[in-house]
Order: sequence, then structure tokens, then C-alpha cells
Amino acid sequence: MAKITFITRDNETITLEASSGSIMELARDHNVKGIDGDCGGVCSCATCHVHVAPEYFSKLKAAEEIEKDMLEFEDTTNEFSRLSCQLQISEALDGITLKVAN
Amino acid sequence: MSDLSNNKTCLVIGASHAGVNLAFALRREGWPGKIILYDTDTSLPYHRPPLSKTYLSHADSLEKNVLKSAQSYVQEQIDLQLGVKVESINREKKSITLEDGSRQSYDKLVIATGARAFLPPISGMDTAKHLYSLRTAEDALHIRNGFQQIDNKNVVVIGGGYIGLEIAASLKKMGGEVTILEREERVLSRVSSEELSSFFEKLHTDNGVQIFTNKNVAAINTTDTFNEIICSDGARFTADMIIVGVGIRVNEELAAAAGLEIKNGIKVDATARTNDPDIFAIGDCTYHHNPHYDCHIRLESVQNAVDQAKVAAAAICGREVTYDSIPWFWSDQYQVKLQIVGLSQGYNEVIIREEKDKDNCFSLWYFNLDRLLAVAAINHGKAYVLGSKLIKSGQQIDKSKLADPLEDFKPANLLLTSK
Repeated sequence: MAKITFITRDNETITLEASSGSIMELARDHNVKGIDGDCGGVCSCATCHVHVAPEYFSKLKAAEEIEKDMLEFEDTTNEFSRLSCQLQISEALDGITLKVAN
Repeated sequence: MSDLSNNKTCLVIGASHAGVNLAFALRREGWPGKIILYDTDTSLPYHRPPLSKTYLSHADSLEKNVLKSAQSYVQEQIDLQLGVKVESINREKKSITLEDGSRQSYDKLVIATGARAFLPPISGMDTAKHLYSLRTAEDALHIRNGFQQIDNKNVVVIGGGYIGLEIAASLKKMGGEVTILEREERVLSRVSSEELSSFFEKLHTDNGVQIFTNKNVAAINTTDTFNEIICSDGARFTADMIIVGVGIRVNEELAAAAGLEIKNGIKVDATARTNDPDIFAIGDCTYHHNPHYDCHIRLESVQNAVDQAKVAAAAICGREVTYDSIPWFWSDQYQVKLQIVGLSQGYNEVIIREEKDKDNCFSLWYFNLDRLLAVAAINHGKAYVLGSKLIKSGQQIDKSKLADPLEDFKPANLLLTSK
């Protein structure tokens, strides 16, 4: 089980627990505002963009080229940007905090 | 939970991308009343794009592909009525009649009925064995199960549009011997340029799928063991399974019977409103104006469904937002991701941008004179995102730099500088 915290643009903090699936799916299933996942999780739409808390960023599996590409020219991109559909939930992410980018 | 009974009611017919997004957007916009969402499909509403891709080839569960969790509907007090058919709309009484004869009145009504697969009148089609089309999750399951049952895995896909190509790629992955029969002289002829068509023809051929163009299917003869497909030029193909992917028909009958204006779909204005001020239509079933390209169009895409849903939800709640989206679209086949942004119709020049040291990574930039209309990116999200920005901003592009793989692919570097 991993505890995952989302902070929305309205500064709402939502903490959820899960052991599998992607972070986008978890956010979608709990209606986290600002994570839409319009393309269903195939890295085609960038509507699940999050900023990862710096101390957790290095624990994530590195982004593939397509994900980096999709983020490169986004206005809200920073060095801790990821698309949450590409982040698979595991024990290693327990305690992670993600700021919703949009 | 709050009591919604004294408030107004919004009914939504169709619970796919458009209808579901609208229902949730209504709550975000502050709609205080009832929302009832109807669909004939019995499954919790799901993403359709994966049906021809991973849902077919990876046997993913439908749960992984739901649009929203069951709990989210409850939380947002959205009454989801699945497996329910709406029979008619009575505009004078502002009510709808369901299949069982019961009535439900509305203050606002949204038609999000989408489309269905078109089955052309081909002689012998009704008696063909293992013949399928794909629109719903159930259709995809039938294809999956049918594919397991057939002894020889010869599949013929009729129609070389996106859906046909995606199903062909999936069935190939699953071990099929796949042939695509396309009526026109190239695949994707209705929706893309020759350059893109040739790329996809080669991609499929390299992956062992056979493509035959200029093949108009005239008849299907079915024996005890297999189907024989006969084309108008006399060519014959045997198939254990046939997939028909030759386009869609809009589900516009309910709207038409209610006297709403129909023109290549349900005609709506910039706020997704029909000619009845209390009835909106969104998604694949609508014929609408795109201000960026100043054209009327019907789009079969997730983008259009989601964006029209947002616009309609705002209008229903009394906030006028007008539709002004740049259309976008994607397709995944084998290891290739295609992303398109914009509408290429009316282009008179295509610039091909290749990326050095990268195979199968390039983009097509469609121009009308100096105006960038659309970008089609193959395995190149960067071109897709940059293209989206440049189409929106209308900035002038230095075409010679764009075409030169040695030039950095950076926004500032590709813009035409004024002298």
C-alpha cells in the first residue's frame, strides 16, 4: 500500500491509498480536480500533468521520450513535471506528494 | 448529500466521452439540480479509443478503462441509468419517453448519442461467419472471443481507415494473418495526406499485414468452414474472420424525430445549443462551426466530445463560453504513435521535418501559403505540442529551418524573424 497526496490548484489536499495502477487512474477514480486523463492514459493529451515533490522525483522511473516531449513546451512545466498516467503506483512511492499542474 | 428535488433537471442522452464529461462539468459549473445520464450500453462508461488497441490486444479489463469510477457518480449525485433506451423527445412538454413507456421531464436536455458503425449493404454479409464491427466494449469482446474460436487465423479487415488499421495492428499482434481491403487508392484517404498514407501502408506491410487498395467488396460467400470475399474487380480473399470498419452513421434519429435541425449531424451553435434553446448536442453526433478554421464540421474524436461538453455545461449554467478548439487526435499502431493537431483541409504545401539519428520520428507540417493549418507527428510529441502552440498563436514559421534536421527544434529558432 502506498499513501499518495494530491494538492490541487485550489489548494485542496487529498490523500489516497492504493497498491497498483497508475497515479492518473487513482486520481480519476477519486475525482481529483485537474487530473482529467482525457486520452485514457496513453501519453497523448497531457491532461494529467503533476509536479512531483523534489525528494520523490528521483525515486520515479525515468520518463520515456514521448512523455518528455509532451511536457517540454507546456506552460506549467518545471523540472519536477511528470504525466501521472506514466507513474505506476508501488510501495516505493509511499508518502509522495504531487501538485496538480492544471 | 444535498436535496436536489426542488431544483431543475438536466437529462443527458448518451453516456460516453461527451455525456459523462458534460455531467461532471455541470457539477463543476455549479448546476444545483438533478442530472440523469442515460445510455443503452450496460457497462460503466469507458474510454473508447483503447477498444481497437490495448483492450483488444492486451485483454485489458474494462475497469482500467473507465471514464469515471462508479463512486464518482454517487459523489457528484449523477444518476447513471445504464441499459436504458430513450424512445422519444417531446419538446412541447419538455419530456422524454423511455423504452418502458415511462416519462421524465427536463428543464435542459443534452443529446450525446454519438454514432454507430456503418455496415454497408454487401450481399451475403448477414450470413457471413465471424463478421464484426467495432464501436462498443461488447463488440471488442466479441472480436476477442471470435478470434480465439477460429482455427485458422485469417482475418480480412474491410476498410483502411484508423479503426481498420488499429484493429489490423492489434490482431496481427495477437497472431493473426491479416489482410486489409481498402476501396480507395490509398489507406486513410478520407482523413490524411498521401505522405501519411504511404507511411502507414509501409508500417503495416513491414509488420506482415497485407494491404490491397482499390478493392471494393461486392459480395461475401460463406461455406461451412470459411468466408470468401469477392471484390468488384474479381479478386477473391478467404477469411475466417471479417472486420468491417468503413465508417459510422450518426445517431441523429431521436433529434430528427423531435424536429431539431439536422445537417450532416445535429446542427449546433458555438455554445453547443441546437435550434431549441433548451436542448444541446455534443460530441460525434454534432455538426458545428470551428471558428479557428471558419468551417462547419463533424468530428469523431475525444477532444471534440470533451471540449463541447465543457462549453455546453457552461451555457446550461448561464455562463456563455464559446467553442474555439484546435482539434487534436491520436492513433497508436504497433510501436508508432501518431498525433495530429489542427485540420489540414485546404493545405497547399506539406513540409516534412525529420529528426536526425532517429528512425520513425518525423512530422508533417501542413500549410496554406504561410499559415500553418495542422501538424501530424509520428513518434514526436515535441512536434505535436509545438505545432499546437504555433497553430494557436498564428506566428509565422521559417519553413526552410523547419525542413532542416540540423536546425534545433526550438520554438524561438523556427519562427520567422522580421528583418
